[in-house]
Amino acid sequence: MEKKTLIEIKSLVKRFGNVRVIDDLTLNFYAGERVALIGQNGAGKTTLIRSILGLYTYEGYLRVLGSEPRKHRQKILMEVGFVPQLPPPLRMTVTEILDFFSRIFNIDRQIFIDLANRLNLDIEKHINKPFLKLSGGMKQKLLVSLALGHQPQILLMDEPSANLDPEARKVFFAMLKEYRPDSLMILSSHRTDEIKGLINRVVEMDLGKVILDEPFATIEENLESKKP
Amino acid sequence: MNKIRNKNLWEIYRIDIKQNLRSKSFWLYTVFFALFVAVMFMTGITESQVIGFVGLSRLLVTFTQVSMVILPIYVLISTVRSLVGDKENGVLEYTLALPLSFSTYFWGKFLSRFTVIYLPVLFAMVMAVVWGIFKSLEIPWDLFFLYVFLLASMIFFFLGLSMYLSAKSRTQENALGISFMIWIFLVAFMDILLIGIMLRWRVNPEAIIGVALLNPLQVFRTGSLILFDPKLTVMGPVSYYILDTVSRETFIAFSLLYPVILGLIFAILGNRYFNRHDVV
Repeated sequence: MEKKTLIEIKSLVKRFGNVRVIDDLTLNFYAGERVALIGQNGAGKTTLIRSILGLYTYEGYLRVLGSEPRKHRQKILMEVGFVPQLPPPLRMTVTEILDFFSRIFNIDRQIFIDLANRLNLDIEKHINKPFLKLSGGMKQKLLVSLALGHQPQILLMDEPSANLDPEARKVFFAMLKEYRPDSLMILSSHRTDEIKGLINRVVEMDLGKVILDEPFATIEENLESKKP
Repeated sequence: MNKIRNKNLWEIYRIDIKQNLRSKSFWLYTVFFALFVAVMFMTGITESQVIGFVGLSRLLVTFTQVSMVILPIYVLISTVRSLVGDKENGVLEYTLALPLSFSTYFWGKFLSRFTVIYLPVLFAMVMAVVWGIFKSLEIPWDLFFLYVFLLASMIFFFLGLSMYLSAKSRTQENALGISFMIWIFLVAFMDILLIGIMLRWRVNPEAIIGVALLNPLQVFRTGSLILFDPKLTVMGPVSYYILDTVSRETFIAFSLLYPVILGLIFAILGNRYFNRHDVV
């Protein structure tokens, strides 16, 4: 059966001044994939994610769900969930954020609250606090709940578990495992050990290029065969 | 799609207003204008006289002249940091990963800034009128309505300019530096200084007046004087050229529309830049 392409990238280039941060990148991402996007700092992971989100201009060909991400932002982003590397200093209160997301995605805010509760975040206790006054872990839990709540087809997560405590991390990966099977997940991470139960493909970037793109099973087999 | 866009514009507007209502600077700004009117009443400004004007007219003229000094710099400083500040601290990356168009975000911010800057000014002026009615003073409605719209028009211009600078700047320091320079430039190109240049270098007076009238701050100053001082005597020889060229009504229409059109052009250019470049 042919795999459904959700993100199609051909000869993508992103320059900052004279530096090619994404350098002639060609890559496809398919429905059902759980991708670990790995690489050193400056490899181009965040730039790639931001390009997919339509936040950067670029040269080359990039289609998300068949559309150009800068021209058809609203249509595409209705189907995308995003967790940034660092929580933004939002001045909105928790309740305002929940209402805002619920109106933007046209869904019941209780869905976000239930997801946050599963991650051990007692949201009702902090409902009137400004987001930026929450602890790092609480912010991350809320951001994860907001990204998953509207059941998007594409999940883009930049170091999503960095601020989570071990218990919440376990619940978080369990939630991702049971997440809709036809979706695409791209997790940018330095710690492949904790996501190995989840991922089925590894893409490694360096200096804006893909230097490794393998099914996770193949990488594991290679590692096994190298063991004495 | 338009319905969704309008709904989202309203969402951005609403959320930004709420955030502003929580900020101390907004309440300080509001209290400043309210106190200013109250202090003017208490110090008896309505009983003093200038070029035959007393009562509430005197108060409104003083209020408008002080606003001309405070508002431009306040609008520039508070607004120029909005987009570029959100860009620097990661708020823009997160918010624009939601299904919102760049234009929705830009105009939502623009409208909310206009509301939070203009409403306290309007409130102070309405308060002055209410107090005037209570004190049985004659209410100069023509002056009141002219100033209400003139102040809105000036705020609109500086807001458009600030949003443009904010969309184009890379850092907040950069944006603030440029906005200060523009403000100094606008203050420098007012009639008072330009007439000095005219006398010093024997520049053609029409050219000098023309340059002065391109300056929205000058247009505001002249517009705010035209009812209070119909012959523009305080402006000296400048009044001869202005009133000889156009009628009083035409100049009032010009002083109301020109800043709005200029502000709108800057805002449209800012939005265009925001749409066509990296937003983070």
